[in-house]
Amino acid sequence: MKKTVLRKPKGFNDVYRHKPGAEKDRTHYCPGCGHGILHKLIAEAMEDLDIVDETILISPVGCSVFAYYYFNTGNFQAAHGRAPAIATATSRANPDKVVISYQGDGDLAAIGGNNILQAANRGENIAVFFVNNAIYGMTGGQMAPTTLPGQVTTTTPYGRNVDTDGYPMKVCEVLSQLTAPTYIERVSLHDAPHIRKARTAVRKALKNAKERKGFQLVEVLSSCPSGWKMDPVKSMEWVKEKMVPLYPLGVYKDLGEDARITVRPVPVMDPAAVWEKLGISAEKDVDFPRGDVPDEYRKMSIRVAGFGGQGIMVTGQALASVALEYGYNVSWLPSYGPEMRGGTANCSVNIQDGIIGAAEAVKPSMLLAMNRPSLEKFEEFVVPGGTLIYNSTLIDTEPTRTDIKVFALPITGMADELGNIRVQSLVNIGAYAAITGMFRVEDVITLLPKLFKGKKQAIIDLNARAVKAGFNYVKENF
Amino acid sequence: MTEAKYPRSEVNLDKCKGCGLCIAACPMHVLVESPKLNSKGYHYAEYTGSGCVGCGNCFYSCPEPDAITVYLKNYNPNEEV
Repeated sequence: MKKTVLRKPKGFNDVYRHKPGAEKDRTHYCPGCGHGILHKLIAEAMEDLDIVDETILISPVGCSVFAYYYFNTGNFQAAHGRAPAIATATSRANPDKVVISYQGDGDLAAIGGNNILQAANRGENIAVFFVNNAIYGMTGGQMAPTTLPGQVTTTTPYGRNVDTDGYPMKVCEVLSQLTAPTYIERVSLHDAPHIRKARTAVRKALKNAKERKGFQLVEVLSSCPSGWKMDPVKSMEWVKEKMVPLYPLGVYKDLGEDARITVRPVPVMDPAAVWEKLGISAEKDVDFPRGDVPDEYRKMSIRVAGFGGQGIMVTGQALASVALEYGYNVSWLPSYGPEMRGGTANCSVNIQDGIIGAAEAVKPSMLLAMNRPSLEKFEEFVVPGGTLIYNSTLIDTEPTRTDIKVFALPITGMADELGNIRVQSLVNIGAYAAITGMFRVEDVITLLPKLFKGKKQAIIDLNARAVKAGFNYVKENF
Repeated sequence: MTEAKYPRSEVNLDKCKGCGLCIAACPMHVLVESPKLNSKGYHYAEYTGSGCVGCGNCFYSCPEPDAITVYLKNYNPNEEV
């Protein structure tokens, strides 16, 4: 239908209700900002193509970070440079949606350089709008990969020197060398006729995106009057005189009729199917009836911490694995440095009947501190009324907390007496079983061959003695 | 004979940021900077009241979504939903 009025397109929200402050009817952009012009072209095209309700827009880091205030679409905001990765995931998980990735030049061409390259090379079904204003605008006008040779910015006060800073990054030229992209064009916003061409390019990219024709990218030469310290009209002249000669406008790639409609396998969203693929029975196979567990130990969030090599990870894995056999939901999340031995390591374990949210035990109900730095680091985070188990062989200080239950166990010493300090983790399991009542020792021992597949019987037997030692120590001393 | 009411450019003066891009883009030179300030402290753009040809240059040059509306020649307010 022919338009009879040009007014705020329906691709925009009526009211920018997510925008903080009282001004919810106008953008945060500076006077004369090119983002606003491009926003309008995108919003209009979405309305005209009738895709507003089926579009998800990924906003970047930069001034357009707040695009989600304005567009009446689904929105994600990505970390710096990662919009194409988020757009990839969004597009793959929602193959029936149009996915727009909106990025600036600092975001796309610098930190996100590889992200955009790989997304383009995979031919993701996304439409990328790339605003090139030759600087980092939001952060105060620093040099970007797209800054012109000789251009003065806050970080190139003598002008960009190509010998030290390299040459302007020509994104369309680079990406158009790839096989996968469907459509790549560079346009400019410097005057009304060029805005019309930009409008045509935006519509073409979104039409292709609507038809799932792979990767679309429109680079938009734009101004930053504030960052360039020019008035808006002069800055558009600067785009025309300085940027356009360096960044030639035009279509860099267009597969046209040859563009393939990319159909990718729909991701499996069915947990039972995932379990089956992993070889795990979807039915909870509970071999061990639970004993009496006091209420305080029914929802465990455990931090296990110590030196690398102390069996920290094994302790966590074993706690989770055994609990799984009793039919609990469990999680195990490791955190460690690059060293296999020495260094510090910790892991978080959750054991409960409900659904586990965050895997990290930020405020653990139990801390198992195997060395002094771990006690000092994590003691304060234990919830009041929680439990602290610490390795008294290596920790010669007293815990400072008085609002938690404390168990001082000579874990390393017990393991050493058994003849191998590597069984500390099994001492831990035994002690855990005794304190919480969650595991029976005989069940744990039954499970040892499963937990330590391929180990010799002698090792399994040693592990069993370690479990008993930990269990008995707690029973005899507390 | 009265002048036709449409086409006509209408500036929402309080949303105008006074950047001047619409004024530069208008081929008929019928948008001007007001000597007055709006509530945000900008010299807003305003339509002189005649001569608009409905090209839409001002609308597309304006970075603010809701600062300019252009009623085209065939606009009929009675047909608005």
